[in-house]
Amino acid sequence: MTRGDTVIEVQGLRNSFGKQIVHEDLSLEVKRGEIFGVVGGSGTGKSVLMRSIIGLQTPDEGEISVFGESMIGRDDEEAKHVRRRWGVLFQGGALFSTLTVAENIQVPIKEFYPGLDRELLDEIAAYKTTMSGLSTDAAAKYPSELSGGMRKRAGIARALALDPELLFLDEPTAGLDPIGAAAFDQLILELRDALGLTVFLITHDLDTLYAICDRVAVLADKRVVAVGTIPELLALDHEWIQDYFKGPRGRAAAAISEREEAEA
Amino acid sequence: MSVTADFSRDVEDGRCILRFSGNLTILRVRKLSEQLKEVDAEHLIVDLSDVERLDTVGAWLVHKLERDRGATIVGATEDQQLLIDHVTQADQPVKVKRDYEMPLLRVVGEVGVAANIAMRTIVGLLGFFGALLISTGHIARHPRRFRLNAIAQQFEVVGVRALFIVGLMSFLVGIVIAQQGAVQLRQFGAEIYTINLIGRSSVKELGVLMTAIMVAGRSGSAFAAQLGSMKLSEEVDAMRTIGVSPMEALVFPRVLATVILMPLLGFYAAILSIIGGGIFCWISLDIPPVTFIQRIREVVPMTDLWQALIKAPVFGMIIAMAGCFQGMQVEGNAEEVGLRTTAAVVQGIFLVIVLDAFFAVFFTEIGWL
Repeated sequence: MTRGDTVIEVQGLRNSFGKQIVHEDLSLEVKRGEIFGVVGGSGTGKSVLMRSIIGLQTPDEGEISVFGESMIGRDDEEAKHVRRRWGVLFQGGALFSTLTVAENIQVPIKEFYPGLDRELLDEIAAYKTTMSGLSTDAAAKYPSELSGGMRKRAGIARALALDPELLFLDEPTAGLDPIGAAAFDQLILELRDALGLTVFLITHDLDTLYAICDRVAVLADKRVVAVGTIPELLALDHEWIQDYFKGPRGRAAAAISEREEAEA
Repeated sequence: MSVTADFSRDVEDGRCILRFSGNLTILRVRKLSEQLKEVDAEHLIVDLSDVERLDTVGAWLVHKLERDRGATIVGATEDQQLLIDHVTQADQPVKVKRDYEMPLLRVVGEVGVAANIAMRTIVGLLGFFGALLISTGHIARHPRRFRLNAIAQQFEVVGVRALFIVGLMSFLVGIVIAQQGAVQLRQFGAEIYTINLIGRSSVKELGVLMTAIMVAGRSGSAFAAQLGSMKLSEEVDAMRTIGVSPMEALVFPRVLATVILMPLLGFYAAILSIIGGGIFCWISLDIPPVTFIQRIREVVPMTDLWQALIKAPVFGMIIAMAGCFQGMQVEGNAEEVGLRTTAAVVQGIFLVIVLDAFFAVFFTEIGWL
């Protein structure tokens, strides 16, 4: 497969909790090799959208396909071969708290490729931890011994354990200090380039959007109101988008991004 | 497209050439790494020009050949070379295993830690008791700080809502004692003494003890969980900064409510237990209720009731304090709320039973048989 193929396709998605409708006729497409950002106000269903795509939430209606295979109504066993082609980073890292970081990374490998020898497993865990930007002594630690930022990096290391083609990130920079957040953005970019990843990224962080996203989808009014690069979105006359990108924080992030481009 | 990654070996100019083909990914790596161990030649040349897919695990294998065998890599595409470079960069001495501890040493260490924690808990509980007495003194001197609403609410939660479950439990316990007692006493033709057994054990011990266990499970745990999550969400800190003492606002109402309600609930439990036993006697042993009540009045001395009413508030105090103390110890994460809640119940029940034994000895000594 080459760059530009459709990796995720969502058509006419509808999700509701009781009487509250979260998504109505929502559609989007993610192309191979891009970093695809999803933004939206609180409660617009960004996480629900991600959970629908990865099969943790069964939608009321709609069609979802990943790598060209329909994900609706598939049982776990059938979806297994698709699942091993993606990695997911949950908001809090969602590391298994009774296992060390190295063991956390080995869980998906052991699950999908049983029978690898211990030595190789340890080597894989070792280079995955360094690749995710963790210090060399972090692999033997338990999640409770790590800081929030390190936990996210460990979460990424586990998400990358199977060398996925597609990576889902739910607010990866939330709760990180600005230096840590910038380093994390850089890490995602590097990994994308090195591993040829497609990244589906939910974020509130305007700096992240400007720094790494190729295209951004805006969730509002229960659907995707606009998809495009940030300049394309800025040209649109939608109230929420204007407020979001042209508010004080949006302007600050834009200024930084422009300055960086000018320097480069 | 072939699924397997294979390699062929050739020798050119005295150097061994490994030509990989197909997918060099984690899927095939187990077989490959075994086969590669059999290749013993040095100064290899690794040819990747026929490789269709390479992932980090494949790149790691190639990197290891380069690192350990001095292999030269040829024929890698730009992307593949980038991946290998990336893996090479990530190859650092990483500590994967935790330090090994001798099992014996670990056991000794854990015993020490547990003893230390037990000591600190006892000291902490005593300190907490002191702090509670001080804030009781404060409230006594400033009656305006007496929070009637909070106490009334705890009355409802600790007492009223417990009525059904405590009553049902005591009723059933009464039946069980009557039934078990009757079976044993029948062997001596002394079935009538079942009434003594029911009356005295219910009033003196079981009513209060069973209630204490139920209150520890219901309310002691709830106190720990409530205060614990309030500490986590920094509500307790917010209170302090506003100038409200958490001891007065949170702990005092809970302890007071439990201390007042334990004797009431204990008495209620004893009555229900006697009723349960009475019904069993009526149905199974043909002892009519009038006889039953008359006999109960004859055999249960007043001192039994005094014992229960003296013990109950002390038990209530211990249960509420253990719950509040553990709740206030919560720091860090949500997991600790669970641990502290368990600790509150375990300590509450344990201390109640230890004290009950002391009370039994004490009351016997002073002649309240």
